Amino acid sequence: MSKNWPLWEVFVRSKNGLEHRHFGSLHAADAEMALENARDVYTRRNEGVSIWVVESKYITASNPVDNGELFEPAQDKVYRHPTFYDIPDEIKHM
Amino acid sequence: MSENQIKNLETEFEARIARDEKIEPKDWMPEKYRQTHIRQISQHAHSEIVGMLPEGNWITRAPSLRRKVALLAKVQDEAGHGLYLYSACETLGISREELYEQLHTGKAKYSSIFNYPTITWADMGAIGWLVDGAAIINQVPLCNTSYGPYARAMIRVCKEESFHQRQGYEIMMTLANGTPEQKEMAQDALNRWWWPSLMMFGPTDAESVHTAQSMKWKLKRKTNDELRQQFVDQTVPQAELIGLTIPDPDLKWNEERQSYDFGPIDWDEFWQVVKGHGPMNKERMKARVSAWENGAWVRDAAVAYAEKKKEYKSKEAV
Ligand SMILES: [Fe+2]
Ligand SMILES: [Fe+2]
Repeated sequence: MSKNWPLWEVFVRSKNGLEHRHFGSLHAADAEMALENARDVYTRRNEGVSIWVVESKYITASNPVDNGELFEPAQDKVYRHPTFYDIPDEIKHM
Repeated sequence: MSENQIKNLETEFEARIARDEKIEPKDWMPEKYRQTHIRQISQHAHSEIVGMLPEGNWITRAPSLRRKVALLAKVQDEAGHGLYLYSACETLGISREELYEQLHTGKAKYSSIFNYPTITWADMGAIGWLVDGAAIINQVPLCNTSYGPYARAMIRVCKEESFHQRQGYEIMMTLANGTPEQKEMAQDALNRWWWPSLMMFGPTDAESVHTAQSMKWKLKRKTNDELRQQFVDQTVPQAELIGLTIPDPDLKWNEERQSYDFGPIDWDEFWQVVKGHGPMNKERMKARVSAWENGAWVRDAAVAYAEKKKEYKSKEAV
């Protein structure tokens, strides 16, 4: 029969106060095994205090081909940045 | 896409790499880039996995608990390295099953160094010191390579390697300071592992076909010969310090070059081993394939169990 184990993405919080970050992926039969394997593969040296795993097929990713449409419009919106606004020099911090 | 469009994409692609931008999995890439990376990353992953076998051979016979936990942790790291690299490789659109298939059928290569036998405990010292030492020199430049997932995997790998080399050197040092028999054992291991370690850097620059392309894609920063020289210069004083002799009558400090000159490498041996005629090629593949095949029922059982649990859960929800 031989069915292959699905692919999982692994996210690790390295310490409380920080966000989970993508660490890599691995294969496992189910979520529980994915967590156990993630612990052995990605946190052998205290790299984490919390692990998320999600089956890779559930991740929807943007396509770099659409990057222009998605991200370029932000480039000409300079008024979203503080430096766009003129204030008197006397005001040191604002 | 027209040929012209592809040309433009390729020019832009090379320019991005030249600007030190990283390439990520979903980015457009030339087919040759994809294939070259699949080949190199998988070869690298296979080497980590097969590399566990010669050392695994000594875990049960480590001379003390301290040595045993260290060796066990090192071998486990190598499994981890293999897994980081397989997962980086899969982002290029090849499946884990295909990668294993290529290894098991002999279609894919792995580092030839692992086709030598580990006949004494001192070989654990020599491997950590020399083989991991050479691997570090090969791998450090890859932390900066152009393909993002490979570079990130290599950063993790490099962080873990230095313990491997130190534990090996410590084993050699302890044996070299031990009884005459122990010292002889250390020297014998150095004699057997020295030349194969120098071969780990690959053919001489004159013979190496991939260098120019690999340099451009940052799969390489220095040539094989430059890296080999770096290894010799770094290792000779380490051997001297513990009273061991490098098995090379031509080895000599070159004042002008501020480097060691060393004797000729037996490239016939190198190619023999690459082609599958090394002392352990067959053993290694046999061990690897039988581990895979004998583990099949465990993998199948895990899938069946996962499905059963899912079914149970969905019934519970009703
Ligand atoms: Fe490794
Ligand atoms: Fe290592």
